[in-house]
Amino acid sequence: MRNSPDRSGPFLARARSRTSDRRGGSGQIGRVRGSCVLAPGLWRNDLGVQLSSAAIEKPNRRDFLYIATAAVGAVGVGGVVWPLIDQMNPDASTLALSSIEVDLAPIAEGQIVTVKWRGGPVFVRHRTKKEIDDAVNTPLAGLRDPQTDQARVKKPEWLIVSGVCTHLGCVPLGHEGQYDGWKCPCHGSVYDTSGRIRQGPAPLNLPVPEYAFLSETRVKIG
Amino acid sequence: MSGSPTYVPKSALGRWFESRLPIMGLVHSSFVAFPVPRNLNYLWTFGAILAFMLVAQIVTGIILAMHYVPSATLAFASVEHIMRDVNYGWLIRYLHTNGASMFFLAVYIHMFRGIYYGSYKAPREVLWILGVIIYLLMMATAFMGYVLPWGSMSFAGATVITNLFTAIPLVGTGVAHWLWGGYAVGDPTLNRFFSLHYLLPFMIVGVVILHVWALHVAGQNNPDGVEVQNVERDTVAFTPYATIKDLFGVSIFLILYAWFVFYIPTYLLDADNSVPANPLVTPAHIVPEWYLLPFYAILRAIPNKLVGVVALAAAIILLAFLPWLDTSKVKSGKYRPAFRIFFWLFVVCCVGLGYLGSQEVSDTTTWIARILAIGYFGFLVVALPVLGLIERTKPLPASIADAVLAKTKPAEAAAPPASR
Repeated sequence: MRNSPDRSGPFLARARSRTSDRRGGSGQIGRVRGSCVLAPGLWRNDLGVQLSSAAIEKPNRRDFLYIATAAVGAVGVGGVVWPLIDQMNPDASTLALSSIEVDLAPIAEGQIVTVKWRGGPVFVRHRTKKEIDDAVNTPLAGLRDPQTDQARVKKPEWLIVSGVCTHLGCVPLGHEGQYDGWKCPCHGSVYDTSGRIRQGPAPLNLPVPEYAFLSETRVKIG
Repeated sequence: MSGSPTYVPKSALGRWFESRLPIMGLVHSSFVAFPVPRNLNYLWTFGAILAFMLVAQIVTGIILAMHYVPSATLAFASVEHIMRDVNYGWLIRYLHTNGASMFFLAVYIHMFRGIYYGSYKAPREVLWILGVIIYLLMMATAFMGYVLPWGSMSFAGATVITNLFTAIPLVGTGVAHWLWGGYAVGDPTLNRFFSLHYLLPFMIVGVVILHVWALHVAGQNNPDGVEVQNVERDTVAFTPYATIKDLFGVSIFLILYAWFVFYIPTYLLDADNSVPANPLVTPAHIVPEWYLLPFYAILRAIPNKLVGVVALAAAIILLAFLPWLDTSKVKSGKYRPAFRIFFWLFVVCCVGLGYLGSQEVSDTTTWIARILAIGYFGFLVVALPVLGLIERTKPLPASIADAVLAKTKPAEAAAPPASR
């Protein structure tokens, strides 16, 4: 229960000067002598630490030990918390389905096939010449989300777009609407044969996912 | 007991809030200013260790519940999915499984501490009984949790424990059917065990709150078993003394916990539980988790079905009556030399029964288990009542402060604490 001067650090100077004014002995409940430097406000009556220039001393061994322990403890807490948060990220079985391969050979000209990719629909459309020409010859000025057809396809006869309406997420119906593209039954958004929004409340064109042709008849999406 | 005047927050916002919901004052009086006997040893850190483990089990359990499927056809596969696919799923699963074992290790040390130092004696009887209730809830929770992976041992354990109810005359089989939701353990049983396994820990939290409340009414017991007489001389503030000591105790405990989780995570697991449940085949060697082994041994030692089940229940329920079974006015075993001998014999019985519970049944194991079971019950219903009446105790210290000072050098003890 001794409190020798050399044990105190700079933060402690104020604490000692307060308790040494009072009677000696074990002190009162809630008042601790020679106590932690880091949060003196916790067990003393004053708010924070106010150092007068006269009271500043070199940080001592106890200060160093407390700060070092807290730092290691913080790293430890981070190490514990990260797995608890990361476990909600997509797991290995979900990530395994993050890419799919589609066989294009059975898709006839004019046919739209819907495949499931990352939990949602993707339209793979084998476009006819008329559908390609309509898409290419559309002036950009009239489009809500201007994009050329060439910017949206790698091979003109294969249009691959996400099947999620950019309004509120329904799946549009193929070969519907006056452009013979898609029409969404929920709120009436109309897309053309390039999947671009032409009418209705949807703000953006049907998104084009990342894809690559593995061969003439095989494409990898995602 | 309260040790400090009303807490007054320093900021105006703090005072506004405090006058409407005095939670800061409650935390301050319970965990900052609360007077704690100054002679406590590290056995008193196990309360904090248990609170930590309860939170750890709840957090890891809720996360596991995000990935687990409680269906007889999918449960086993979902656990493998957690182990192999879920990010850090293997870690969270092993933390939860080994966490249960660590939870019971801590609770047994906590309980033995209570028995040795007489922490169940007046005025802490309700505190002790609340503890027994927590212990019962823990055993129920752990049992149901063990069923969830739906391995062979999970299924066998579910069958054996639920079949205990068939020992009840007349209504036993009906009760069992009601528990199972069928004629045997099956999918309905698994589903309801999952629901209850999620529920019970929160009931444990509720009883723990009552337990800590009851503790704070009487204050902690201490190794000398002498109540606090002078708050200034006998106690120190909870923060920082008990706070830091608890933190240190928890850290050491976590090292042991981490040892299991990272180096020997399957040491306490039964290999049979890596085989999916098959209702038509029971494993050759049925064994519950280690923390239930002593009671399992008591059950097996008795040849009569109903008496065996009653003995099993009595072995646990009797603990609630300890405050009245022990007639001694002296609390701490430190000053009761005769009691100390019987206490350690009791510990030997518990550990011995635990070991026998893990072994295959034979004539030798049966008669040793019977002797140890007699020792177990004998301690509770014979030794404790009789000892209090006939033992000679050592003289008690006049106060906690005197007990602490007696440990230091006589020269210092003679002089009053140095004033600055």
